[in-house]
Amino acid sequence: MLEIKNLHASINGKEILKGVNLTIQAGEIHAIMGPNGAGKSTLAWVLSGNPAVEVTHGEINFNGKNLLEMSPEDRSREGIFLSFQYPVEIPGVSMVNFMRTAVNEQRKYKNLEPLSAADFLRLMREKKELVEMDNKLTSRSVNEGFSGGEKKRNEIFQMAMLEPKLAILDETDSGLDIDALRIVANGVNKLKRPDNAALVITHYQRLLDYIIPDFVHVFYDGRIVKTGDKNLALELEEKGYDWIKKEVETPIEQ
Amino acid sequence: MEQQYIDFYKEYHTLIKQHSAALMNNFRDAAFEKFERLGFPTSKLENYKYTDMSAPLSIEYGLNINRLQFQINPYDVFKCDVPAIHSYLFFVLNDTFYPVNSTAKQHLPEGVIIESLRTAAETYPQLVEKYLGKLSNEKDDGWIAFNETFAQDGFFMYIPKNVQLSKPVQLINIMRSDVDFMANSHNLIILEEGAKAQLLVCDHTMDHVHFFANRLTEVFAGKNSVYEHYKLENTNVLNTNVSNLLIHQEDSSNVLTNVISLHNGVTRNNIEMLIDGENCESLLCGMVIGDKNQDVDNFTEIVHKKPNSQSRELFKYVLDDTSKGAFAGKIQVAKNAQKTSSFQTNKNILLSKTAKMRTKPQLEIYADDVKCSHGATIGQLDEAAKFYMQSRGISESEARLLLMFAFTADVMDNIRINALKDRMKLLVEKRLRGELSRCEGCMIC
Repeated sequence: MLEIKNLHASINGKEILKGVNLTIQAGEIHAIMGPNGAGKSTLAWVLSGNPAVEVTHGEINFNGKNLLEMSPEDRSREGIFLSFQYPVEIPGVSMVNFMRTAVNEQRKYKNLEPLSAADFLRLMREKKELVEMDNKLTSRSVNEGFSGGEKKRNEIFQMAMLEPKLAILDETDSGLDIDALRIVANGVNKLKRPDNAALVITHYQRLLDYIIPDFVHVFYDGRIVKTGDKNLALELEEKGYDWIKKEVETPIEQ
Repeated sequence: MEQQYIDFYKEYHTLIKQHSAALMNNFRDAAFEKFERLGFPTSKLENYKYTDMSAPLSIEYGLNINRLQFQINPYDVFKCDVPAIHSYLFFVLNDTFYPVNSTAKQHLPEGVIIESLRTAAETYPQLVEKYLGKLSNEKDDGWIAFNETFAQDGFFMYIPKNVQLSKPVQLINIMRSDVDFMANSHNLIILEEGAKAQLLVCDHTMDHVHFFANRLTEVFAGKNSVYEHYKLENTNVLNTNVSNLLIHQEDSSNVLTNVISLHNGVTRNNIEMLIDGENCESLLCGMVIGDKNQDVDNFTEIVHKKPNSQSRELFKYVLDDTSKGAFAGKIQVAKNAQKTSSFQTNKNILLSKTAKMRTKPQLEIYADDVKCSHGATIGQLDEAAKFYMQSRGISESEARLLLMFAFTADVMDNIRINALKDRMKLLVEKRLRGELSRCEGCMIC
C-alpha cells in the first residue's frame, strides 16, 4: 500500500528526515515511537502534503501512485488521512458544512453523486455514535472551543466519515484521559478492515494497549533505527529511549 | 471642481427651491454658503485622507432639478422572485421618491407615515420641522453641505409611539439615466418612544453611465425604540457613492447598523451614532468584499454623551486585486459618560499583494470609569486552516472560499431578519465565488 524509500525532508532549510524507509501493507497497523524532536510528526506532514515541509530526496509510492506529486486534497481523496496532533480551529465554518464539503468533494473525485442532506445527516449520526461524540459539537464551528479530548475525538469522527485507506494518527493519545483514550482507540479498532492500514505515531506505550500494532518502529534523528513487534514498545516503556540512542550513536566499526 | 456647482446654484437656486419643500429650503442658502467655504472634501483633510474623489468629480453629471418623473414603474420592473422576505417595498428613483402604490401602502399600521420627504414636509410640517436638519445642520462637512444645497427630496419614515412594524421596510435606490447623472437625496427617519422598525436600503444601478449618489440620512431613535438599518450596496465600477448616516439615540434605545458593500466603484460611508441617552445599545457592523479597482472607505464615529450605554463595532474587509479599503473607527466617550462600554474590532484579509487596506482606530475617552477596547488586524487567509481542510479532501479553492465566508460570518450573524440573513449569506457566497453579477436587478427581493 505505502512504500517510502530513502526519504529526506527539511523544514526552513533544516534537515529533519534523514533517510526514512518504511513499507506498509493493507491490513497492518504500524506504530512509530521515538523521543521528542526525532521527526515523527514531520513524517506525518510529508505524507499528508503539508507545504511547510520540503522533500529533498526520496520517493513515496501509495497504491501505485507517486504521492509526492499529489496535492494535499488529492492525497486525502486517494485515501490518506492524518489525525492532527494539534487539530486546527476554524471559527465560522460549521462542522456540518465542513464535513459535507469534504465528503462530497471526495465523492466527486470518485465520480459519485453528492450525498443528499438526509443521507449525509444519517451518516453523521452513525459515525458520531462510533466515537461517542456529543451532538452539540457537530453544531459548532470546526474545533472552536473544543477541549483537547474533544478535538481528538473529532479527528477520529472525521476519519470515520471519510473511511481512509491509510490512517495516520499523530500523537492522538496526547492530552487524553483514560476514558477518552479508550473511546478513541475503540473508534480506530472498529474502523479497522483487512483493506486498510494505520500508522500510529505515539510517545507512550499506553495507546498500544488498546491498538495492537503489528510492527513497532523506533524513530531517532530522522530515521527508523529499530523495528520489532509489539514487545518492542513494552521494552521502550520500561527502559526509555536512552539505550536506543546509545546503540545508534555507537560507531558501527567498533 | 466646486465652481461649476457654485455657479449652477447661483443661477438656478430659485428653480431648485421651487421644486422642493419650504422646510428643506430653510437651510439651503446657509448650506450653500457652507459649501462655498468648505468645498468638496479632498484627501488633504485628515478625515478624508483615503477617499480620493477627484476622478469621479471630474465627470460632468446631469442634475434633475426640474424633478422630471421617469417613465418606468419600479413596482413592475422589480418583481420579487424570492418571496421569503416580506417587506413594505418602496423606491427612490435617482433622487425622487416613487409615488407609493396602493398595494405597498396597505397594511402599514395606523399612524405610520412612509412618504417622499418633500410631501411629508408639506403635509406634516410641524413633525418634520422638529427633526429635519437637526443633526446634519450642525456638521461642518462639505458633502453634507453640498447635499443640503442640492437635495430637493428624499425618503421619509415616521413610526409613532409604541408602534412596532412586523415586517421590514425595504427601500431600493435605483439609478437610471442615459447620461452621467448625480443624485442628492435627504432621508429622514423618526421612531417615537417605544417604536420598532427595520429598514433595508439597497443601492442599485440600471445603466452603464457614471452615477454619483450623495445620500444624507438622519435617524432619530426615541426612548426605548428599536431600530435596525441595513444597507446593501451592489452597484458597479462606474458608481460613486457618498453617504452620510447620522443616528441620534435617546434613553434605552437599541440601534443596529449593518453596512455591506459587495460591488461598487468608489464609496465613502460616514456613519455617526450619537448616543444621547442612558442604557442604550448600539451595534455598528459592516463588511466589504472588494476586487478589481473597488474602493470603499467606511468612516465611523460613535459618540457616548451619556452614561451607562454599550456600543460594539465590527467591520470586516476581504480585498483582492487592486481594490482599496479604509476604515476609521472613532469612539468618543464624554466626561460624564461613566460606565460606558465600547468595543471595536476591524479585521481585514488581503488576498493579493496589490490590494490595500488602511485602518485607524481612534478612541477619545474623557470619562474615567469605562470599559473600552479596540483591535485591528490585516492579514492573509489562515494557511493552517486551509491545509487542515485540504487534508480532508477539500480543494484549495473551496477551502479559501469557506475561510473567506467564515471570516464574514459574524457580520452576517448581526442581521436580525432571518430571511435576509439567509439571502445575504447566499449573495456573499456567490460574490466570493465570482458568480454574483453586478446589479442586474434587485438581488434581495
